[in-house]
Amino acid sequence: MQRESHMQQTQSTKWMTHGEAGLMLFFSMAAYVCAFAAPMALDAPFAFHASLAAVASGAAAFAIVNRYFDRQAALPPQEINGKPNYNLGPIKFASFMAMFWGIAGFAVGLMIACELAWPALNLDLPWTSFGRLRPLHTSAVIFAFGGNVLIATSFYVVQRTCRTRLAGDLAPWFVVLGYNFFIVIAGTGYLLGVTQSKEYAEPEWYADLWLTIVWVVYLLVFVMTLVKRKEPHIFVANWFYLAFIVTIAVLHLGNNPALPVSVFGSKSYIAWGGVQDAMFQWWYGHNAVGFFLTAGFLAIMYYFIPKRAERPIYSYRLSIIHFWALIFLYIWAGPHHLHYTALPDWAQTLGMTFSVMLWMPSWGGMINGLMTLSGAWDKLRTDPVLRMLVVSVAFYGMSTFEGPMMAIKVVNSLSHYTDWTIGHVHSGALGWVGFVSFGALYCLVPWLWGRKELYSLKLVNWHFWISTIGIVLYISAMWVSGILQGLMWRAYTSLGFLEYSFIETVEAMHPFYIIRAAGGALFLIGALIMAYNLWMTVRAGEADVATELALQPAE
Amino acid sequence: MKAILTVHNLASNLVTSLWTPIFVGLFIAIVIYALWPRNRAAFDEASRLPLRED
Repeated sequence: MQRESHMQQTQSTKWMTHGEAGLMLFFSMAAYVCAFAAPMALDAPFAFHASLAAVASGAAAFAIVNRYFDRQAALPPQEINGKPNYNLGPIKFASFMAMFWGIAGFAVGLMIACELAWPALNLDLPWTSFGRLRPLHTSAVIFAFGGNVLIATSFYVVQRTCRTRLAGDLAPWFVVLGYNFFIVIAGTGYLLGVTQSKEYAEPEWYADLWLTIVWVVYLLVFVMTLVKRKEPHIFVANWFYLAFIVTIAVLHLGNNPALPVSVFGSKSYIAWGGVQDAMFQWWYGHNAVGFFLTAGFLAIMYYFIPKRAERPIYSYRLSIIHFWALIFLYIWAGPHHLHYTALPDWAQTLGMTFSVMLWMPSWGGMINGLMTLSGAWDKLRTDPVLRMLVVSVAFYGMSTFEGPMMAIKVVNSLSHYTDWTIGHVHSGALGWVGFVSFGALYCLVPWLWGRKELYSLKLVNWHFWISTIGIVLYISAMWVSGILQGLMWRAYTSLGFLEYSFIETVEAMHPFYIIRAAGGALFLIGALIMAYNLWMTVRAGEADVATELALQPAE
Repeated sequence: MKAILTVHNLASNLVTSLWTPIFVGLFIAIVIYALWPRNRAAFDEASRLPLRED
């Protein structure tokens, strides 16, 4: 019997898979093309990015060959002893990168908050000016931090709820590494002044093309994992993840068709013009909020809150209804970013109406998340991770009430272009997206590395309170400052002249900008405590023997 | 050419005026499916999906 299995092993010869051979060829050629493009470049940033891509492609080709020589003849099995052999490597990488980019993004946010309070801090250098650091901050927190959290959790949740190993062998690694390479290209581009000046879609044409490839592979990995699921029902979190992946693909393609001035230069011109371009931009922009920052993170809510609270979802029917209501409504809300502009009035009214209707499915999600705790409310006292998750849902409810209100034209005429918008965005971004991501990472890290529990719940508690105080400082400062700003802008004297010059309104913001920077500093400190806690969990946490055996036999 | 344009206009008019009832109908069908009494047991089962350990 033993001899027979021994025979079988020696007989199976080792072959490169099609994926390995194809990807190796692809990256070798890419390295060659990029190395050729670098000296041809018309501008320095393009030369830098082409060189970066050449090095990264060469490294990828080398890594694939290296992995081939190191691996066994047979690829990792789909199941071990009848249990799914989950693929956790790419998830670990994405979780690590999420924490890394999170701290980087929060730090840049603090930096530009301080620049607004004390403008001299821009150092009078182009690379550290507000205009370049601001997209670095937004992309780092939304796409780098949030994106890595979404990729990590989606790969984890889809495997667990489908009871099957992630589809693809190299593909999941291609997604996480390729996505992070996109972040590096985008981020360094902003610092060097490369931008197509579309908010939240600043990366230039070559970065956009690369993201398209990565995103299609992401979609394929996700869908093929769903296809080979062992669980007949597709769990609701996977619906939200799928909506997020598909819609982001459509938005990205819709908003970014551009004609490069030269294939060897970074500058391009967008295909859309005038008000159509503005409408495309905010169709993209608002649905990035709806499907990246909402649908994706609702998927996290639907898996991690039941899991952590050890309670079933409050109403699965409500989850189906509010999912489809979100899908049908969100896509029409974009025009509320263009009230009182050249956009036709009917389109503005349409956007406003759909934004107000969105309030219902949003609160459906909030109620479902909060009520999942029914029968387990006492856990909020003892478990700071669950408290973080639940407070995130409360912030979700708050900002999805505020959003529709601000989309109403009359309210918008006061709030638009003021700090109120910034406050609204950050109550959603810090409170909802930030906290639900922190909660998910606090759950995920011990699971991924086979640890019994987190290194310290006490530190989670500190993180929770420090960050919560930070958020409250931030959003209340911005509310006051925004409304003050809006009222000053529209104040007239008895003779019909504007009462305040613009610089007077800027001066009035100063104290609130300092409070905002203090709030941001607290939020960053909380994240640093979290990073330490997670690091110690992986390094020094007590191994969970049961999960270690179940999860990691192939490594 | 003119015939093609006419057909195209007809089709695009039909789609632009019909998507509202189509989407509304689709949404109503989804709500009915979600609330259908016979589906209740399956949905209750699905709501516990994250809790089942393998």
